[in-house]
Amino acid sequence: MASLRLKSYENVGEQLYTEQLPNGLTVQVLVKKGYSKAYAFFATHYGGADRRFRLAGQWIDTPEGVAHFLEHKMFDMPEGNALTMFSENGASPNAFTSSDITAYHFQCTDRFYDNLKILLQFVSVPYFTQESMDKEQGIIGQEIRMIQDRPGSELYYNLMKCLYRDNPIRYSVAGTVESIAQITPQVLYDCHKVFYTPSNMTLCVAGDVDPERIVSMCLELLPGQPGEVPVRDYGPDDGKAPCLPRLEKAMQVSQKQFAIGCKGDPLKRGREFLADSVLLDLAADALFGTSTGFYTGLYEKGLLGSDYGAGFETVAGVGHLLISGQSDDPDAVLDAVRAGLDQAAVNGIDTRTFQRVKKAAYGHILKRLNTFEMTCYGLADGYFNGFEELERASVLDKITPDQVNACYRTVFRPENFAMSVIQPITKGDG
Amino acid sequence: MPEKIQLLPGVTLTCVPTGKFKTSCLSLNLIAQLSADTAAWNALLPRVLRRGTTRYENMDQLSAALDELYGAAITPVVRKIGECQCFGFYSEFADDDFLPAGERVLEKVADLLGELLLSPATRGGLLNREYVESEKKNLIDDIRAQLNDKTTYCVNRLTSLMCQSERYGIDKYGTEKAVESISPIKLTKYYHELLETVRIEIVYCGAARPERVRGAMERALAPLPRGAVSTFPVADVRIFPQEETVREFHEELDVNQGKLTMGFRMGPCMYTPNYAGMLVFNAVFGGDVTSKLFLNVRERLSLCYYASSAVNRTKGILLVYSGVEPAKFQQAYDEILAQLEAIRAGEISQWELTSAKRGTVNAILLSLDSLGGLEARYFESAVTDMLLTPEELCGLVDAVTAEDVSAIAKSVVLDAVHYLRGKDGGELAT
Repeated sequence: MASLRLKSYENVGEQLYTEQLPNGLTVQVLVKKGYSKAYAFFATHYGGADRRFRLAGQWIDTPEGVAHFLEHKMFDMPEGNALTMFSENGASPNAFTSSDITAYHFQCTDRFYDNLKILLQFVSVPYFTQESMDKEQGIIGQEIRMIQDRPGSELYYNLMKCLYRDNPIRYSVAGTVESIAQITPQVLYDCHKVFYTPSNMTLCVAGDVDPERIVSMCLELLPGQPGEVPVRDYGPDDGKAPCLPRLEKAMQVSQKQFAIGCKGDPLKRGREFLADSVLLDLAADALFGTSTGFYTGLYEKGLLGSDYGAGFETVAGVGHLLISGQSDDPDAVLDAVRAGLDQAAVNGIDTRTFQRVKKAAYGHILKRLNTFEMTCYGLADGYFNGFEELERASVLDKITPDQVNACYRTVFRPENFAMSVIQPITKGDG
Repeated sequence: MPEKIQLLPGVTLTCVPTGKFKTSCLSLNLIAQLSADTAAWNALLPRVLRRGTTRYENMDQLSAALDELYGAAITPVVRKIGECQCFGFYSEFADDDFLPAGERVLEKVADLLGELLLSPATRGGLLNREYVESEKKNLIDDIRAQLNDKTTYCVNRLTSLMCQSERYGIDKYGTEKAVESISPIKLTKYYHELLETVRIEIVYCGAARPERVRGAMERALAPLPRGAVSTFPVADVRIFPQEETVREFHEELDVNQGKLTMGFRMGPCMYTPNYAGMLVFNAVFGGDVTSKLFLNVRERLSLCYYASSAVNRTKGILLVYSGVEPAKFQQAYDEILAQLEAIRAGEISQWELTSAKRGTVNAILLSLDSLGGLEARYFESAVTDMLLTPEELCGLVDAVTAEDVSAIAKSVVLDAVHYLRGKDGGELAT
């Protein structure tokens, strides 16, 4: 076990053990003393956007919703349901699928290694039957209906449809009732084979645990050989301009909801990915965050409420500025966004504002490190994109006002904005 | 061990020492009896106070001050515990250990909390009219927005209908109409009366020593006027439903997924409430993934996408909430009651009991490993005068028997049911 590497990130008080196993799996363990809880997060670099990929020299196209469907079905094991086994051990298991990550995780305060064994086993061994597939189509059909009743989700995907012409992040991760009807056991086996190979995965653990024991369990329980490295296709580069300026939908909501977006440049891998995303997020926060004059001004005018957020989101190799909230007049908010940006491009950010926003951003990084869930997600995302999550604070520290100003002049351009709006259903509709 | 300190008459500080987190939290809560006359006032007040103080007159200045404190957050909060309405501020801020040497944020946050409560921005002795009017609008928006999340909406609807003649049926935000009727003059008068008589509970979770927190809060609250502090019971427990037949409420909205929500009284077991027993009963019935509702109603029969239960120990109420196709409402209703009947008949396997206990203990311990969870637990204990520590509670959970669980199930009585279906008849298009 000589190859376990320990790195300390003293500014944020964290110590991370990492090791890449011969089968290609990267294990990351954050030792946290004083916690009774331990958390394991087993993730594959595979999500709703990975619909077209190459297997054994052939390109394969899959329906919308396969990654999420697969996530549901992975819990089936020949000896029963993994959820139940975790619960028998007092653990709280769960899983999620995003556009580019599927992760299985549990937290527990007792029997950590028994639970870890279940996690490693059920995620690495596919077991699907037609009967259980049929049943799952009913359950996921219900989940899709529930998601369709969530204004936030409709708002987001409509914005993605405005921003991206070809990138599959424009489609809901869960798929549609029609698309999931096309999924067969063979599709699931193929996708598992391609994307659940250890070299496409990482195991992240946080808690008062023994890294060596975790590594030896991985060696014992997981396949020994690395699989074929998957090649995915997100379609051609969409360019900076949105493909639609606006989409609207009427739903049973109380007030208009909006999401405003603007694409950034495609992201590079590695430390540059981290540097760019921290910079763009700080730039978004400094101009449109809740402590800015932009927000407080619109709040005082009654155009924005407390349900509001602004930031830079990175997903499936692309990134975009995202500003969302509720407002009686989303167009006035969009106008203010454009005006704020025009002004910032000319005047730049003042040094005092820059310094205080940076201090606040540091506090927010500390807050994220309080939760094992956010930290492990960051470790996995970092591994898949080639950066070290725990360097986030050091990267932030080096950002200069000039870099932020350059974002206003060249990255976020007023002509590249798009907006999605959910309107309340008025009487007489539908 | 947590320490309780009386700061002033009716003002108690609970200090929960922990070195686990990189941030600390400090909440300042005013405790009033839920009442139709004042619910809206109490919900509005922290929002208005959060808009500005004599030192920081507007949101811009307040936000800048918080950014300087490394992104400290102070949010207005309203919580309902039993029939108490708890309102005030929740703050979270970086721990000194992770800040440049000599930075002390706790004292500054405590000062700010004191200013927000005691030195609001005023015009001619009245709370700022602009702030009052704009926060009235925001509160009304939030009341209306409860419609957007259909699960929570149905739980709230059922609660208010089932308990329409009890304080518990009052929404923590009050009603739109009550909010509309508030004027700056009346609110200012109410605010001054409140300060003299209201009970205040402060909770701190973090690494600072209790003496330091005490010093900081004593200074911050020194100008607080104190008269006769009002006292009242946490909740008026109704053992049985008011009516002999189960009350049914039907509602139609533009939704894809139907919702079935059922409300029960805990019944005669509330004469001598066994808190640990109720927790285990809930885990066996519908609180966990090893529960009867999850394994039977969802997994085996695929009747619902979700079907869960929750017990409110203070008020003595059990709720079951589920997402169901309207065509299957009756089947799901019958099956939910059949599962309750099974527990009454003592059909609780060793596996079910053990899994339920482990899940319950795990959930208690997990809540201690998150800052928000820790605060919520100790705050609720302070309001309800619960003397059990989490560790003692875990011990009691371990001792619960199948007979205890069955006895609680026998005591439970169905009171009211709420059905939400889509418009156009209820059969859903697929």
